[in-house]
Amino acid sequence: MQYLLLIYSSEAEEAAMQPAMLGSRMAEYTEFTKGIIQAGQFKAGDRLKPTSAATTVRVRNGQVATTDGPFAETREQLGGYYLVDAKNLDEAIAIASRIPSAKSGSIEVRPIWPPQA
Amino acid sequence: MNLSVSVSVDGIVEEIFRREAGRVLATLIRLLGDFDLAEEARQEAFAAAIEQWNEAGVPANPRAWLISAGRNKMVDRLRREVAFRTKILDREIASAEADAAAAPDDAEDCAFGDDRLRLIFTCCHPALSGEAHIALTLREICGLSTQAVARAFLVSEETMAQRLVRAKKKIRDAGIPYETPEPPLFNQRIYGVLAVVYGVFTEGYAVTTGSELTDAELCGEAIRLGRLLDELLPENPAVLGLLALMLLHDARRPARVSQEGDVILLEDQDRTLWDQSKIAEGLALVERALSAPPQLSGYAVQAAIAALHVQARKKEATDWPQIVGLYEVLLRLQPSAVVELNHAVAVSMVDGAARALQLVDSLAARGEVSEYHLLHAARGHFLQQLGRDREALDAYHSALGFASLEPERRLLRARIASIEGLRAGT
Repeated sequence: MQYLLLIYSSEAEEAAMQPAMLGSRMAEYTEFTKGIIQAGQFKAGDRLKPTSAATTVRVRNGQVATTDGPFAETREQLGGYYLVDAKNLDEAIAIASRIPSAKSGSIEVRPIWPPQA
Repeated sequence: MNLSVSVSVDGIVEEIFRREAGRVLATLIRLLGDFDLAEEARQEAFAAAIEQWNEAGVPANPRAWLISAGRNKMVDRLRREVAFRTKILDREIASAEADAAAAPDDAEDCAFGDDRLRLIFTCCHPALSGEAHIALTLREICGLSTQAVARAFLVSEETMAQRLVRAKKKIRDAGIPYETPEPPLFNQRIYGVLAVVYGVFTEGYAVTTGSELTDAELCGEAIRLGRLLDELLPENPAVLGLLALMLLHDARRPARVSQEGDVILLEDQDRTLWDQSKIAEGLALVERALSAPPQLSGYAVQAAIAALHVQARKKEATDWPQIVGLYEVLLRLQPSAVVELNHAVAVSMVDGAARALQLVDSLAARGEVSEYHLLHAARGHFLQQLGRDREALDAYHSALGFASLEPERRLLRARIASIEGLRAGT
């Protein structure tokens, strides 16, 4: 089964991080990603640019409307994701709990619908 | 003549259904991989059994018969439906059939035990809400009807049915495994399971607005679950401790509430009303829980405290110094404000109210539990003992402001009235 692991963390806190801290966080991510690739669980994963770069798009009555910023203002922001293959929710939770940002932010674990045949 | 034979077969069949319903469901869920499908399969298997056993007699292994009948009916139905469906379903049926074929027809008792344990871990999975844990456990493991579960939680049957549907959908959609976790995960999860069982018990034990009958039923179900866990996980110190704790609390049930529905505190209870057979069973379990390796469980320590209370023939005979010691052990194992408060109450019985008040004041100063009514009630009690009536009144009024259960509010009002009466009298 595939799960999308959505990484939410505070952009403000991250922006305030010392360069040394940021460097070690990045090293942790490299290590973690390598681990799930080797375990055959990794399908995809990316870091997102901050919500200040976000644009929200809606189509109403055929008109495209865009607004500056994310879809919703929240305390923690979506900052990245992993798409993983896991046997079941327990395995997905085990992977999510090893994501470095889980220690300070939150990881939302969402199962993916299997593609329609 | 014929009639009496069929009546007695009916009686046997009913008895078999009652005994096997839980195990048959647990195994069918594993074989079919779906709660609703398994419930339907069990229903059809029971219907087929009533029809066939009356003529052909009860089979040698009725449990295996019911499981294989239920599985076959569902596989047949899926096969009939497949003509209209997609290839994906075809694969699902193939794998369900392979699983079913792999299951031995006369599987050992322990294999069925495993299925029930799987079901318990699934219903108590941490990805489900607390509400869902208790509802699923009572419905799927205890086999209570949706109506009975709804009544116990004072919600409509419709609300409870929706809650159950949502929980089962989450199990299916999120891929919550139908599995007993392996260590080390097992050791974390078993505490979650025990917390759910204890949650069912305390729901029944708390004096709420529910009818007394329902409350006793919930405690009875929780104790039955405890016994089932003890059967499936023998000599587990936490399971033994929890079962002992529930039995020792439940033994005092007949003495806890007055005929008017008022709470009777432990020190004022009529000890002759306590259920001695539950006490005897609980005490034996505490012994085993405290001596079972590898580690002391918090439930065993709480049970040991309850054991000291019920062993005192009179309240004056209570071994308070040992209770204080056990609360100190409990504080190291699972520190919490509630344990700290109980520790302070025990300390008041050994070292006096002044020392206890210091402990409660330092707990209150941390501010985490400032809205906990029992903290204010305990402060009031200690202040009253120290003759500081004015402050005691303030504390009781704060407690009244946070207490929500009517019997507890009555008790607090009575205390306030007694102080005011004394003050008016002097």
